[in-house]
Amino acid sequence: MQRNPQLNDAGELQHLLSIEGLPREILTQILDTAESFAGVTEREVKKVPLLRGKSVFNLFFEPSTRTRTTFEIAAKRLSADVINLNIAVSSQTKGESLLDTVANLSAMQADIFVVRHSSSGAPFLIARHVKSHEHVINAGDGRHSHPTQGLLDLFTIRHYKKDFSGLTVAIVGDVLHSRVARSLIHGLTTLGASEVRVIGPQTLLPTGVEALGVKVFRDMREGLRDCDVVVMLRLQNERMNGALLPSAQEFNKHYGLTAEKLALARKDAIVMHPGPMNRGVEIDSSVADGPHSVILPQVTFGIAVRMAVMSIVAGN
Amino acid sequence: MTKLPDAEKLCAQLVTELKPHIGQKTAMVGLYTGGVWLAERLHKELALKTPLGLMDIAFYRDDYSARGLKHDPKRTKIPFDVNGAELLLVDDVLNSGRTVRAAMNELFDYGRPASISLVVLADRGGRQLPIAAQYCGAKVDVPGDMRLRLNREVNGKLALALEKQNAA
Repeated sequence: MQRNPQLNDAGELQHLLSIEGLPREILTQILDTAESFAGVTEREVKKVPLLRGKSVFNLFFEPSTRTRTTFEIAAKRLSADVINLNIAVSSQTKGESLLDTVANLSAMQADIFVVRHSSSGAPFLIARHVKSHEHVINAGDGRHSHPTQGLLDLFTIRHYKKDFSGLTVAIVGDVLHSRVARSLIHGLTTLGASEVRVIGPQTLLPTGVEALGVKVFRDMREGLRDCDVVVMLRLQNERMNGALLPSAQEFNKHYGLTAEKLALARKDAIVMHPGPMNRGVEIDSSVADGPHSVILPQVTFGIAVRMAVMSIVAGN
Repeated sequence: MTKLPDAEKLCAQLVTELKPHIGQKTAMVGLYTGGVWLAERLHKELALKTPLGLMDIAFYRDDYSARGLKHDPKRTKIPFDVNGAELLLVDDVLNSGRTVRAAMNELFDYGRPASISLVVLADRGGRQLPIAAQYCGAKVDVPGDMRLRLNREVNGKLALALEKQNAA
């Protein structure tokens, strides 16, 4: 069997590249550790000395505000030094290769690389080439994976619903272009959610998505029935090449979450969204700002989850 | 084989010793896991008014770079204002003093207590830091390769036990 590139010889998490392939114990370890860090973020002094003297390099080859900022806050709360590199406007435009960039940063004594890249697999490539004391965290690669977002979604679900068994979770919208959806589906099935549904038009669902262990619904009303958790995905305009959809208005009519459609889910259902939201496209303002929404707590939990991931990998 | 003292008797003895020193500002913090069991007992018997604090020092350990975060840390809960409090810090066994050092660092991230006193059930010696217990159940000699730990039985009774030191 091929060794999981995320784990060291002792089976511990060395890099976080994808939720796919991580055993239940490691997912639970991350969520439990994040729970403890959530306590730290509620204190007046929101800082612990764990990563003092370590350097975290945020390598964002693709723009991001929320993810980069929450990684930066998380690293600072662990007392690490954070260096943000906006690579899209520096070395790459001068023609430096990905691995050369990383080798140079490694020479500056990096401990953790947080990598976002538009190519699927880029963080895996970096992880194969870093030194044994260096750690790579995937902050989103192409359409492939966004493991810390998936983990913070899992953390949010566990926070409000306590347990995964017995839960029905619906993931709605542009699953095809969503690395968030893929990460979350793997996490939910590993942690034993009863039923994971994906809801969307055929053109925005990856072919063979059923193989991931999900139930597919084209009709949103049917798919939302009795759900405990509704995860709305962003309609990724900037990734849309060609006419997959007639129009955003048309999408909103069929797959936008309105208060009226949400009423089909359970009374205590929670609504999540990885952000940034297109209000009036995939989600109506009345829902985004309504009593079922946990969209802003997701952002807060994201800091604790990223603290957990960084402190676990850096210690292994 | 070392004869271990009866933890229940030591508990009762600590309660008697602590009682005259309990004031308006006294608050208690137990360290996971054995220290929390002892603190729960003492807190109840002493009828302290401030709720009990629970602390896991995982994020303040001094051996993180060597050991990493191996166990899932519990969430520290300090449900009272540390500023100005007269704190009783409770642990089961005092050895190197490193846990206590970490706990004090963590406490100061919650505020500035008026004072901290250390309460332990057993002191096995072997200090590596200038730390001493103000309230100590008993001094216990333990062979260097053995670990002295507190167990809580199903009926809630506390008992000291020796076990082989983990290689890790």
